[in-house]
Amino acid sequence: MEQPFLTPDPDDKDSRPFWEGCARGALLVQTCATCGARRMPPRPMCPNCRSLAHAWHETSGRGTVWSYVVPHPPLLPAYTELARYNVVVVALEEDPQIRFVGNLVASADGPINEIDPQTIRIGEPVAVVFARVGDTTLPRWIRLA
Amino acid sequence: MNNAPLQDKTAIVGIGQTKFGKGLEDSELSLACQAIAAAIDDAGLKPSDVDGLAMFSMENGREVDVARNVGLGDITYFGEIGYGGGAGCGAVGHAAMAVATGQCEVAVAWRARKRADKASRPWAQSRARVPGAWQWSRPAGLLRPVDEIAMLTRRYMHEFGATRDHLANVALAFRKHANRNPDAMMRDKPLTREQYMAARWISEPLCLFDNCLETDGALAVIVTSAERARDLPRTPAYIHAFAQGLPQQHQPMINFFCADPLRGPAWACAQRLWSRSDFKPADIPVAQIYDAFSPLIPLSLEGYGFCARGEGAAFTADGALEWPHGRLPTNTAGGGMSEAYVHGFNLVLEGVRQIRGDSVCQVADATSCLVTSGEGVPTSALVLRR
Repeated sequence: MEQPFLTPDPDDKDSRPFWEGCARGALLVQTCATCGARRMPPRPMCPNCRSLAHAWHETSGRGTVWSYVVPHPPLLPAYTELARYNVVVVALEEDPQIRFVGNLVASADGPINEIDPQTIRIGEPVAVVFARVGDTTLPRWIRLA
Repeated sequence: MNNAPLQDKTAIVGIGQTKFGKGLEDSELSLACQAIAAAIDDAGLKPSDVDGLAMFSMENGREVDVARNVGLGDITYFGEIGYGGGAGCGAVGHAAMAVATGQCEVAVAWRARKRADKASRPWAQSRARVPGAWQWSRPAGLLRPVDEIAMLTRRYMHEFGATRDHLANVALAFRKHANRNPDAMMRDKPLTREQYMAARWISEPLCLFDNCLETDGALAVIVTSAERARDLPRTPAYIHAFAQGLPQQHQPMINFFCADPLRGPAWACAQRLWSRSDFKPADIPVAQIYDAFSPLIPLSLEGYGFCARGEGAAFTADGALEWPHGRLPTNTAGGGMSEAYVHGFNLVLEGVRQIRGDSVCQVADATSCLVTSGEGVPTSALVLRR
């Protein structure tokens, strides 16, 4: 492919454990080791207690659709081919202020344009799945029956 | 006596701009210098009078280049404001602070951009390996500013019942104003609600007419002290209040990670702005509100206190934003959506024209005007007064 999908910078020290978690099928959230506050996106310091100590905790992998869009061209070439696809923001079940940007798909390795956007509803329950994109694993979301 | 040391201490005394268009031949630096030279002339000053420069950090032409081209004097204040469209009022406010504190006597703030050049689209230059905060959004295909604001818009519609009709109110109002403005890119292009509803999607729920224009052009303003302003030819537009706003736990453009994503930078900015202003929202007869995308108008109307939370969309009904009869004529030269999109800096100049009494959609008795910069990023705002 001439121009690939965008993938995260593997040299980002703060986020690398998140992406490593995805690669082994776990949706992790950075959590302060001192006060226990979750934070997303990851960063060096806890904004609640200023501790630098943190751990990565596995989440339920479940959430609800907080919002969604349907981009139309002009887009980057790899994405133009898939338009119209959806992009969703998902709020984590156990902590709805922890949110993830992803795609609603019909199956883990399904394309991001398989779901009819007209059927997407804010608030609908979803669960994480993991899709291999290049040398990276991205979290995506499937509907919970 | 209020705690507002900057209040009315400085004024905008000159404005200048190039023509707006697509594919202009001149470089951004050339456009910047033309706009600055025109603003200096408008102020009745000489280039050698200028000793302060405040600019967008995204500006491509640098201070040294501008100073050498326009023949400015020794520059003793120069500063840059970040965050793209959030910087416009910030550059003017920093110029005002520099003048008011004696760091310089005559300051220029400006913005030049060739945004109509497709190579200038920042999102189109995304590296395949996405660094920083964008790694959390772009791999999923949330690529462009319009996609990011569309995400907030869909949520806003869901929470507060905003509709595409409300967004059309915004687009149509600004287009009507532009249709009266000889300098506006959309001068000769009326827009109907039917055309709006039939327009192609850019990022659902936002269509073509919810987006700003793509413009080549430049604009500049001259700021000096209130004392000196009284000796210059133009009616001064006094800088009555200025504030910036970078709210808690804010993530520029992809503000999905905080407690209340729809409570944007305008809220933080407005609190400080109005606390420093003798004019309150109910006193403001005309506004220039940053409009890279139509939903930023209802969000800003709420943030700056023209209505309650969630009522910004409904506020736009019944021609509320339209000159001459609306309750708050807004973007009276057409704004970013219908005059030109030069990172919102054209809104500053239209604010000055309203205070001078020179607007193509002149509001009667425009004794004050609110001007805001980008919502969705760390922002800034001004209250100008006659």
